[in-house]
Amino acid sequence: MTQFIGRRILLLLPVLLGVILVTFIIVRLIPGDPCVTMLGERATPAKCALFLERYGLNDNIFVQFGRYLGNLAKLDLGDSIRFTRPVMDLLSERLPLTMELTMSAMLFSTTVGVLLGVISALKRNTILDTITMIIANIGVSMPVFWLGLLLAYVFALELKGTPFVLPPSARFTAGVALQNLDEVWGLTNLTGFKKFIIDLMSNTVLVNVIITGDWKVFWDSLKHLILPAVAVGTIPMSIIARMTRSSLLEVVGLDYIRTARAKGMQESRVIRKHAMRNAMIPIVTIIGIETGSLLSGAVLTETVFTLPGMGTALVSAILARDYPVVQGFTLVIALIFVFVNLIVDLSYAYLDPRIRVD
Amino acid sequence: MQNVTEFPKEFTSKRRSPFREAMRHLWRHSSGKAGIIILGLLVLIAIFAPVIAPYDPTQLLKDQKRRDTPCVHLLGCPKEEQQHLFGIDGNSRDLFSRVIYGSRLSLQIGLATMVFAILIGTLIGAIAAYAGGAVDNILMRLMDVLMAFPSLLLAIAIVSVLGTGLINALLAIGIVSIPRFARLVRSTVLSVKELDYVQAARALGASPMRLLFQRILPNAITPLIVQGTLGIATAILDAAALSFLGLGAEPPRPEWGLMLGEEKNSIFSAPHLVIFPGIAIMLTVLGFNLLGDGLRDALDPRLTHGRQ
Repeated sequence: MTQFIGRRILLLLPVLLGVILVTFIIVRLIPGDPCVTMLGERATPAKCALFLERYGLNDNIFVQFGRYLGNLAKLDLGDSIRFTRPVMDLLSERLPLTMELTMSAMLFSTTVGVLLGVISALKRNTILDTITMIIANIGVSMPVFWLGLLLAYVFALELKGTPFVLPPSARFTAGVALQNLDEVWGLTNLTGFKKFIIDLMSNTVLVNVIITGDWKVFWDSLKHLILPAVAVGTIPMSIIARMTRSSLLEVVGLDYIRTARAKGMQESRVIRKHAMRNAMIPIVTIIGIETGSLLSGAVLTETVFTLPGMGTALVSAILARDYPVVQGFTLVIALIFVFVNLIVDLSYAYLDPRIRVD
Repeated sequence: MQNVTEFPKEFTSKRRSPFREAMRHLWRHSSGKAGIIILGLLVLIAIFAPVIAPYDPTQLLKDQKRRDTPCVHLLGCPKEEQQHLFGIDGNSRDLFSRVIYGSRLSLQIGLATMVFAILIGTLIGAIAAYAGGAVDNILMRLMDVLMAFPSLLLAIAIVSVLGTGLINALLAIGIVSIPRFARLVRSTVLSVKELDYVQAARALGASPMRLLFQRILPNAITPLIVQGTLGIATAILDAAALSFLGLGAEPPRPEWGLMLGEEKNSIFSAPHLVIFPGIAIMLTVLGFNLLGDGLRDALDPRLTHGRQ
């Protein structure tokens, strides 16, 4: 098993290097003078000379890439041109929300998707099956941002006055805010990596609330998170439901399931203990692949629900031509995606012992 | 010559072309049938858009209230008022006409990006499998890297470099769809290039190009059609997403994603401006998804036909 993990991580290195190379090259491909493109009308010859010097754009491209790698090793993603502050600072503010959104959407899509799929497979060719599969087919075809808008409309306007009303925008109700952990702990003048970690923890609701004990903030943010999470999770949920159905149907036809039934084992136990374990392998693959759609969906949904996450920052950075932010955020999201797929690959080995030996 | 004893009719079967055979299977498949119906209607709407749409999609109707609710005569809207099935948008244009014309744009978007991605992907996959060795390694590692990004985010990053606009958005979506097809073609070519019938053609002196295009690549057509159809659905969704974010089509183009993006803030005051373009996107994508599913089952001779 250790060997398998080691080999899998080794295989990851060229992909990681490639991802870094792509994000490096992308910014170099921008047509025109980089100084004029990024500074816009503020670009004077004197300022440009300073700009090129500061960002090291006069150097040989290989030297630039070497420096980029070196900076990444020091966890330095450069400075935002628009905000004149490190991209890592922005990241520590923006990343937690996007991760919260992605993870709650993943939780939603996996639980509901697997549940719908199992129901559909067990009640095969009944009206229940048909309805579930129609829901799944429609779910795959809905634009994330449109579903987000519809949910906002229904739950914020139509259901006003019922207990089901949910807030359609923002991360917290006005007046509710997270406490800064460096203040809570009386830490001052933090710099570099320590500051990044503390900021990251401060901005992650669950971590923050566990430390400060301020659960009111947690419930408030949870209420704000439900609609976006459902919107983001619907496409993956539908795909997982369809996958679960076909995967489970294939497995329950196998001999070992008949054996288990012949032994007189309870049907629910046959499904849970025997069938699901083998049916899970393709489902886990799909969950890994769908992480990409979850991350993309989070970017889109943040715009709909005006959430201050990486997506809204990325879009406004593109429109403002703030390329260090675009580059840094794209890289971080790709790294998360690569990392999740690593976990998925490793979990196959847990689910299917044959893969370990291979 | 006298005719031979006539063969009983019930034992003869008409020879059907593979295409007609596939269509027959597709029609028997319930989701395939639904997909064909939805897309058939959509194509008709796109072709006859000027006939169906009462207004030009970019025409400003000065006398109409902006974001006015739909007025349908059949549903009790007074006859003396102008009929606007989907209401009026934020720039006082007829939304129904815009949605109708949008079907042209969306079908073009989906087809154009997939043709681009399939052509380039086939080329890359075929070269990789044929050349093997270092070329194969470099090309396929490049594809791995492209697939290491969530596709829509990579498309967003590419658009940020190329500049916003519909053509650049389509190029970006096309580029991120390439790896899928490259992998598919590569694995097909690898699996058949050593088979006897290919060797026989080679022994007969067929040129590599002829081998590739006439003997090997036809094996990839079926999976390419299936993946391409499902890919159109994704491409339409992604293009709508880019336009929604303001990175794709520019106003006043009647693009469904753009219509949603322009009116996203009026969801509470004028929900019809959000609902109708969204339904249009959903039905189109649903049509391609259903057709793709149906094709997968109909074109795969190993599967038993009919609903599983």
